[in-house]
Amino acid sequence: MIAETGHYALILALGVAIVQMVLPVIGTRVNDPRLAAVSVPAAQAQFILICIAFAALTVAYVTSDFSVLNVWQNSHSAKPMLYKISAVWGNHEGSMVLWVLILALFGAAVATFGSNLPRQLQANVLAVQGSIAVAFLLFIIITSNPFLRVSPAPFDGQGLNPVLQDPALAFHPPFLYAGYVGFSMAFSFAVAALIDGRIDAAWARWVRPWTLVAWMCLTLGIAMGSWWAYYELGWGGFWFWDPVENASFMPWLAGTALLHSALVMEKRDALKVWTILLAIITFSLSLMGTFLVRSGVLTSVHAFAVDPTRGVFILGIMAIFIGGSFALFAWRAPLLSKGGLFAPISREGSLVLNNLLLTVACAAVFVGTLYPLALEAVTGEKISVGAPFFNLTFVPLIVPLLIAVPFGPLLAWKRGDLLAAAQRLMVAAIVALAAMIIVLALHQNGPWLAPLGIGLGLWLIVGAGTEIATRSKLFDASLGESWRRARNLPRAAYGSALAHAGLGVMVIGLVATTAWRSERIEALAPGATVDIAGYELTFEGVKEGLGPNYKELAGIFRVTRDGQPVTTLIPSKRAYSVEKSATTEAGIHNSWRGDLYLVLGDPLKDGGYTVRVYFNPMVRLIWLGALFMFFGGMVSLSDRRLRVGAPKRAKQKTKPAMAAGK
Amino acid sequence: MTFRRLVLAALLAVFAFGAPSVHAVQPDEVLDDPALEARARALSAGLRCLVCQNQSIDDSDAPLARDLRVLVRERLKAGDSDDEIITFVVSRYGEFVLLKPRFTPHTWLLWLATPLLFLLALGGILYAYRRRSASSAAPQALTESEQAHLTRLLDEETPKGGGKL
Repeated sequence: MIAETGHYALILALGVAIVQMVLPVIGTRVNDPRLAAVSVPAAQAQFILICIAFAALTVAYVTSDFSVLNVWQNSHSAKPMLYKISAVWGNHEGSMVLWVLILALFGAAVATFGSNLPRQLQANVLAVQGSIAVAFLLFIIITSNPFLRVSPAPFDGQGLNPVLQDPALAFHPPFLYAGYVGFSMAFSFAVAALIDGRIDAAWARWVRPWTLVAWMCLTLGIAMGSWWAYYELGWGGFWFWDPVENASFMPWLAGTALLHSALVMEKRDALKVWTILLAIITFSLSLMGTFLVRSGVLTSVHAFAVDPTRGVFILGIMAIFIGGSFALFAWRAPLLSKGGLFAPISREGSLVLNNLLLTVACAAVFVGTLYPLALEAVTGEKISVGAPFFNLTFVPLIVPLLIAVPFGPLLAWKRGDLLAAAQRLMVAAIVALAAMIIVLALHQNGPWLAPLGIGLGLWLIVGAGTEIATRSKLFDASLGESWRRARNLPRAAYGSALAHAGLGVMVIGLVATTAWRSERIEALAPGATVDIAGYELTFEGVKEGLGPNYKELAGIFRVTRDGQPVTTLIPSKRAYSVEKSATTEAGIHNSWRGDLYLVLGDPLKDGGYTVRVYFNPMVRLIWLGALFMFFGGMVSLSDRRLRVGAPKRAKQKTKPAMAAGK
Repeated sequence: MTFRRLVLAALLAVFAFGAPSVHAVQPDEVLDDPALEARARALSAGLRCLVCQNQSIDDSDAPLARDLRVLVRERLKAGDSDDEIITFVVSRYGEFVLLKPRFTPHTWLLWLATPLLFLLALGGILYAYRRRSASSAAPQALTESEQAHLTRLLDEETPKGGGKL
């Protein structure tokens, strides 16, 4: 009964979404505000209905209702509760329901909190959101229905892929999807603006918070995925340039560019056409990410869907939305008025450089990800495009960008002074150079890229601090005055400084761990020891254990450093009997210096075990940097100027004032 | 004791058909000569594990990856150069095995797309900037008739507008 309720709610949601798609457009065409206003309750009703569907599916999972095919395929009664719930979106059908749930949530937010949007814009935005919902609800109901029953109901489920039974991965998809789907807001606003043939700074003010929220979620989602890969896949890698990773990375790159170009549009009313195009591209890449992962074009842990009808359906959705929006862009964009002028050396100019490098870097990832698929489709030849390709194409574009980052915020709008900015960045440059020299002296035979990378990271961090110091006139005014200025700086300034510093933190982590990673691969008998990076590990033996739904074989390693006990690491191998597969759980000891990473391997004939030990210097900084970016976004979002609605009200007040002045 | 053995045997049986057993390079594969071993690792990092998703044989635990790693090390011991080994592996397994595709006609587009796009985008920006500055520098570029029109307008304005400006 509960499953049927969910199914019914999903179909009702489709009906409501059709209303939401059609009526507002008619309303704005025939100039009937009542028809256009239907979009608001429709978006809210759609959200409630999809909530019901999602709740029904969750109940089926929580109660282990194996008469529902989807639950039977992806769950098991012995699974811990957290993974019963995360299994709701740990499979194709359920994850698509989550996708439309988040879509409807964003739509409902615009409907509910967007009462101060221009009526016509709001109606058009909701109509576009409705059309996306229609496409994906149809997709779910026709090809990926999670509520199908199986009769007779099986006794127990088939379980969830054990590598997915992990806390970080439980929350990875919701964040990733919130990012993907969040960019639909920018898309809907862009399409609505094209339909209107009108766009202004207020538009950018509206789009920016939504884009920021989506970007933050995507940042966190990608970081979680990479963290999970690091500790769960058992060899300490954190980024593979795997097509599935690239699929989430491309919208992130384009979204980052969009965030910056929307800034220019809001502040200076320039780059309008480009911002619209970027909004369309970003969401198109999100759709493509969904397609790549969901269609089974790529086969990996993520691609649960192997049914080709689904792939074709999503391809159709992609073709309609991407093709349609690009056609609309080509037709309507020339109508949009051109914005303000600026000199090449200016804040705008620096943001154009940012956009140039980010979008071309995104294109590099795009080509590297899709070229093998295209080549195989056309000629049948199979090639691989792996990390070496991206190191040669992506990295040369990103490094200049990172060098340029601290300059941007120090340049004035319209016409900036590069020399003055460079002078202000003197401290950052000195710190970076000093760090390079120290690193070079300490690691004379290390890779030559390492000192440059560490210097670059510090350049970014100190450069971000320089922006705040400059704007609060630190050292130029009295301390009290600086403090007052610092407190009065807009939060957005702190947000961007925090995010840019996070970038630097991440660069240091990436470079340190790539350059100075050490490893030992040993055959150890119980009682034997192995040294790595100043640690001494003693293998005490193995023990068997029993988890809620797995058996495990764990090795016990006593870790000491200079004779002092540090910790005991217990890496294990888990066997999941239901899913008939195994996972490796690394033993990790983390400190600021780096992670001691230990993996238990196969037993050897003489009673020993293969053991691999890694020391990953400063690897935590990678994810710490991502957290910085996320919190930078939060701080920015809390800025009063960005708070949704504030700009419009201020505008209404100033208009009569201006009229009176005349 | 027998029970422990049994559990262990059961575990091992599961691991035998379960996916990840142990990872990458095994202790018995490692070459005695550190220089050769370093070359072996560098070569392995550029070779794809054929049955994995974008993993190099250096990172992969698949049996096929192990075979390839051993093969690479055998050729190294036999005194082959890096290029010879790569050529040998490609002749056996095809180009699919290379994580860094070769620069051949069918990958020209792959390698050149990014630099070309960069130049194209840069050119586009310069073009747009030039055009914008040109169109905004319009004041000097009035045609004769426009100039005449302007003069006429100004003449009409002056008597009415008085000293407003």
